[in-house]
Amino acid sequence: MSTNGGHGGTLAEKVLARASRLDSVVPGQIIEGHVDLAMMHEQGAQTVGPFHDMGATSVWDPDRVVIAIDHWVPASTEGAAVLHRILRKFAAEQNLTHFYDVGNHGICHQILAENGWVVPGDLAVGTDSHTNMLGASGAVAAGIGPTEMAAVLALGRLWLKVPPTIRINVKGNLGPGVTAKDLVLRILGDVKTTGATYKAVEYGGPTIEGLSMPERFTICNMTTEMGAKCGMVAPDQKTYDYLEKIAKHAMHPIQADKDAKYERVIDIDVDGMPPMIACPYSPDNVRPLTEVVHEHVKVDQAFLGSCTNARIEDLREGAALMRGHKVHAGVRFIVSPASTAIYNQCLKEGLIDVFTEAGAVFTNSSCSACFGGNMGILAPDEVCISSSNRNFPGRMGPKEARIYLVSPAAVVASAIKGEISDPREFGL
Amino acid sequence: MKDIIEGRVWVLGEDVDTDQIIGGKYLTIIDPEELKKHVFEIALPEFAKGAKRGDIVVAGINFGSGSSREHAPQALRAIGTGAVVADSFARIFYRNSINLGLPTVEAAGVRAIFEMGDPARIEMRAGRITNLRTGASVTFPPLPHHLLELLEVGGLVEKVRLELEARRGGAPA
Ligand code: SF4
Repeated sequence: MSTNGGHGGTLAEKVLARASRLDSVVPGQIIEGHVDLAMMHEQGAQTVGPFHDMGATSVWDPDRVVIAIDHWVPASTEGAAVLHRILRKFAAEQNLTHFYDVGNHGICHQILAENGWVVPGDLAVGTDSHTNMLGASGAVAAGIGPTEMAAVLALGRLWLKVPPTIRINVKGNLGPGVTAKDLVLRILGDVKTTGATYKAVEYGGPTIEGLSMPERFTICNMTTEMGAKCGMVAPDQKTYDYLEKIAKHAMHPIQADKDAKYERVIDIDVDGMPPMIACPYSPDNVRPLTEVVHEHVKVDQAFLGSCTNARIEDLREGAALMRGHKVHAGVRFIVSPASTAIYNQCLKEGLIDVFTEAGAVFTNSSCSACFGGNMGILAPDEVCISSSNRNFPGRMGPKEARIYLVSPAAVVASAIKGEISDPREFGL
Repeated sequence: MKDIIEGRVWVLGEDVDTDQIIGGKYLTIIDPEELKKHVFEIALPEFAKGAKRGDIVVAGINFGSGSSREHAPQALRAIGTGAVVADSFARIFYRNSINLGLPTVEAAGVRAIFEMGDPARIEMRAGRITNLRTGASVTFPPLPHHLLELLEVGGLVEKVRLELEARRGGAPA
């Protein structure tokens, strides 16, 4: 298509050109982007005040707004109950019918993913930083704050600075017991938590093409930890097959131009790569899991959950490993599916029994222990092994508590052995 | 927004993420007056009690990384922070602050020229920050026109209010 000063556009540039109704855009340009989908979770309660203060009376397009409560579901504190109440009232007033309330709830990003709310070519925004996950559908999906969301609800658009793009090409085969989570941790170890600040990350190459949509969601999810504005995978047949029956609006299958200009290109070969682990206190403090296993780090809590890794595929894999084993004495193993639909699927497949009979607690779907504000909070000297995405000081409560980030399989292996362990020991 | 901002500085480290600015357990608090009591509880516990209106927060790289919680800049604004200056910012924090009308300045090298309690002067349009005790200064590219305009009207709420009003052709409220 059109050229940007003599070269083509990256995936992010071309999606943002569409969103701003321009032929082409260049990095650094400030644009007004038209929003295809706006998502709010509990933080959206803080959108209501500014929305009214702006003098707005109606939402630009109620059919493009999704509300999904997830951090405290059902409400675990009075404060959370009040946030939910504010959202329910606002939704009723504004005729926002796409409200995933208690009983039909799930982690907001998973709700968007499994219901086809974000499709190729979209500009999607949400009041949560991991909205990046939805870039796996070939969209620009970014987190924004609640005041900004108020402006989006009022106008249907927002200002954006067009980001430069980092292209990450991945080739090679992931070995047994090595997952998409290990790959994204490996990338974080390189790119670091500031390496993609304000930037778009475009993942490609044969390994990425070989990943399933759930695996691509995991990769794009942790692009947030690189500081990026968005993480994306170009749409292909897998994207279309995944969305075929569920897409909520028309797809715009935009591809990067062959002569797109990238700020930086990173080439990664995953042949022979071991499982990875992010050690305290940063998601980029990444080491091969095999090294850490030798240190015999005892775990107090294991968490299989969060928007990064609590999809049905993750829970199936976890259950397969769990079968025939017990949770180690002294380990609290919390399993929290990412949505009610996944919960129900686990029930059908008999996966819940596998976990609970082994001594795990299987909770309803929510953010659960991921963020230290609801349940599964740690004591200061404790260690948690987690399939989630952040391990900053204070993430699960006290600043001293230590969180290690790994794949779902490594969480289960560690829950069984009572110390940080390699899932390949279990014959994976 | 004032063109010249002066105040006493509080110096923080690098990679101060939103969990360290305002912890997950406070996220159900809506009232900024309540929120401000817990600001920097992990990163700089003396701040919430000791900060005075107009004080300036100076930090290293990647300030405000992590979650999209607007509670972080809200708490800083409620406590009366005059400006937040850092070697670099995380994206959402930066947007949230500007949208709330809290002057936010990215100036590489700024943390190295300040110690706790130093008096600072920020020249927003000229793009310079000076330590008034030592005379050391760093420059920064002034904010793009679009963002200066946002700060000038007092933040995004005001900007959209004016736009909606203009659209309706109504008289200012
Ligand atoms: S699961 Fe964790 S990272 Fe994901 S939205 Fe919830 S709190 Fe945020």
